[in-house]
Amino acid sequence: MLPEIGHYALILAFAASVIQAPVLFFGARIGEAESGVFARRSAFLIFTLSLAAFAILMRAYAVSDFSVVNVFENSHTAKPFVYKLTGTWGNHEGSMLLWILVLAVFSAILAAQHRAIPPSLYRLTLGVQSLVIAAFLAFVLFTSNPFGRLDPVPTDGQGLNPLLQDPGLAIHPPFLYLGYVGFSIPFSFAVAALIRGRADAVWARLVRPWALAAWVFLTIGIALGSWWAYYELGWGGWWAWDPVENASFMPWLAGVALIHSVRVVERRDAMKSWAVLLAIITFSLSLVGTFLVRSGILTSVHAFAVDPTRGVFILMILAAAIGGSLTLFALRAGALKASGSFAPVSRESALVVNNVFLLSSCAIVFVGTFYPLFIDVLSGEKLSVGAPYFAIAFTPVAMATLFLAAAGTLLPWKTGSISAALFRLRYAGLAALAGALIVLVFVAREKLIGALSIALVLWLALGAVADVAARIKLLRAPLSESLRRARSLPRAAWGAAFAHFGLAVFALGVTGISIWQTDTILRMSPGDTTSVAGYDVTLVDVVQLDEANYLAERGEFAVAKGGDAFTMYAERRFYPVRQMQTSEAAVAGRGLHDFYIAISENATGAGWPVRILLNPFVALLWWGAGICALGGVVAATDRGRKPVRVRRRTPAAAPPAPQEGVATA
Amino acid sequence: MTKVWLLAPLGAFIAVGAFFAAGLTRDPSRIPSELIDRPLPAFDLAAIEGFDDGLSSEDLRGDVSLINVWGSWCVSCHIEHPLLMEIAERGEAPIYGLNWKDRPGDGAAWLARFGNPYLRIGDDQAGRVAIDLGVTGAPETFVVDQDLRVRYKFVGPITREAWETTLFPLIEELRRS
Repeated sequence: MLPEIGHYALILAFAASVIQAPVLFFGARIGEAESGVFARRSAFLIFTLSLAAFAILMRAYAVSDFSVVNVFENSHTAKPFVYKLTGTWGNHEGSMLLWILVLAVFSAILAAQHRAIPPSLYRLTLGVQSLVIAAFLAFVLFTSNPFGRLDPVPTDGQGLNPLLQDPGLAIHPPFLYLGYVGFSIPFSFAVAALIRGRADAVWARLVRPWALAAWVFLTIGIALGSWWAYYELGWGGWWAWDPVENASFMPWLAGVALIHSVRVVERRDAMKSWAVLLAIITFSLSLVGTFLVRSGILTSVHAFAVDPTRGVFILMILAAAIGGSLTLFALRAGALKASGSFAPVSRESALVVNNVFLLSSCAIVFVGTFYPLFIDVLSGEKLSVGAPYFAIAFTPVAMATLFLAAAGTLLPWKTGSISAALFRLRYAGLAALAGALIVLVFVAREKLIGALSIALVLWLALGAVADVAARIKLLRAPLSESLRRARSLPRAAWGAAFAHFGLAVFALGVTGISIWQTDTILRMSPGDTTSVAGYDVTLVDVVQLDEANYLAERGEFAVAKGGDAFTMYAERRFYPVRQMQTSEAAVAGRGLHDFYIAISENATGAGWPVRILLNPFVALLWWGAGICALGGVVAATDRGRKPVRVRRRTPAAAPPAPQEGVATA
Repeated sequence: MTKVWLLAPLGAFIAVGAFFAAGLTRDPSRIPSELIDRPLPAFDLAAIEGFDDGLSSEDLRGDVSLINVWGSWCVSCHIEHPLLMEIAERGEAPIYGLNWKDRPGDGAAWLARFGNPYLRIGDDQAGRVAIDLGVTGAPETFVVDQDLRVRYKFVGPITREAWETTLFPLIEELRRS
């Protein structure tokens, strides 16, 4: 009975969203106040219905109700309870339901903010949002119903991929969805702005927190996914340029460009049609990414079950959402007149350059991801694009972007001077040079690329520090004065400094693991000792374990360097239900480095194949991503303020914003 | 800001969308995991660095054999490798290697270190043959009969149990027929 109620709730939600849209688009005839109330109530209704449907599916997983096909195919009684629950979204249908729930939650939050949003913008934005929800509900109801039933009821399920029984996987997809779906709000705001023919500072101030929040979620989601791959998949890699990874990375890059350009709209009343276009592109990439991996157009180890009929439906959604919004853009973007002017050397010009670089890098990823498809369609030839393409094409653009990021924050709005910015960066520059020299002289291998990378990391990190230091007059004014300035510094500036610093930390992690990794593979028997990067590694013993849902062979390793001695356990597990083996690598953090051991099967009796990695700075990957996300959170709490230039044409449009601190560069 | 500029994003999307649409129509051939009982796609691959013989699909004609997709970068292949060595030593079935997306020299170094269970090895650095075979990851193993038809596909490292209860009985049965 309950699954039918869940199915019925989805149908009702679909009906509500289909009715909501036209009412809101023609709401001006009904009256702004009435249609606003309608928008709010229908958004809450859709949220309640989606929540009910999701809760019912989750309950079916919790009690192992194998009469539901979805539960039968993806769950098993022998699974730990928490993974039964997280199994709800570990499959195509369930993850689509989670996607819809997140969409409904965001719409409801937006609907609750009715006092802060101009009435017609509120009505139109929620109208676009309801169209998006309707499209997704139709997709689930017509192609991917999670509530299908089985008769007779099977006695047990078909298990779950043991790779997916991991806390990393349990929490990383929800974060990714929060990110992808979060970008639907800037998208809806952008389409609403095109319909209204107006994108002003008020609009930008409303869009910015949503774009930042979505970006923060996406950052956390990608970082968790990478962390999961590193610790669980057992291959010691953190990023493989797999189509599914790229699908999350493209909206991330476009989202960074969006965050920066919305700031220009807010402060300088310029780049409006560009910001609107970026909001559309970012959500479009989210759609393209999530959906194409489910359509079978691209092959990937991560891909969900492939079904061409879904692909056709997906393409129709893409055509409607992206084609529709871009058509509107072509027709209406000309109406978005900018009042701000651009000086060649200014913050806003630097942000334009930043946008060009970010979108170029995004395009490189896009081409690399879809190149096999393009070639297949044009010539019928099958090929795949590997990591070397991305290393060659993406890395230089990314490095140039990082290089400019340090300088951009030091340029003031309106007009700036390059020499003044460079003067503030003198210490960062000197440190970068010194760091490069140290690498060239003291490091054994990869001198040149290592020196360049280290210089870039120091330049970016100290650039972010120099930015804050200059603004709060650190060491130039009494400490109390600096503290007072630090408190009144806009949160957006703090956020930018944190995010850029986090990026530098992350870049250091990438540098360490990509160019200074030590990789040793050898056979070991109990008692054998080997030396890796100054550490003595001894295989103490190998024991058999019989756990609840798997069998395992566990190797105990004693590792020692000087006075630092520790024990590591690497496992090879066998899951009888799925006839599947997994490798549970042992990872020990030594400061910023990771010691990583994986063990294989001793089939010949000559010893266990063991892989030992020393990954320098690898912890910084996650720390850097975390600091980046923290910067986004801090910036999202900046409530904004009046534009620097008083706008001439519509002086009454902006409600008085809370004044935060004194005007600084 | 001209009108042409405003149309550019839409034009780009239409172009990309057309590719997506064309890609959908190709979908069934795109993932030929249903190669089972169909002819092995013809290929002729060069040898990996350090070896003289490459691998062509014709090499497999005449006996029931295995094609094993592997790479030196693939940790699961380490797991599987000792069992392949045993199979080769016992002469239970000829094993042919498809060295997938490996850097030149890495595959040979790996074999020198751990032993070579393969009769011949083809270098599939671009991954084209792997795509024709519908490979989703390494290791994967195909059972190919005397007449070059694919009869079975095993995903992931072959376990001893899978070999004894599924793969080897299948090979013996195919040999008798």
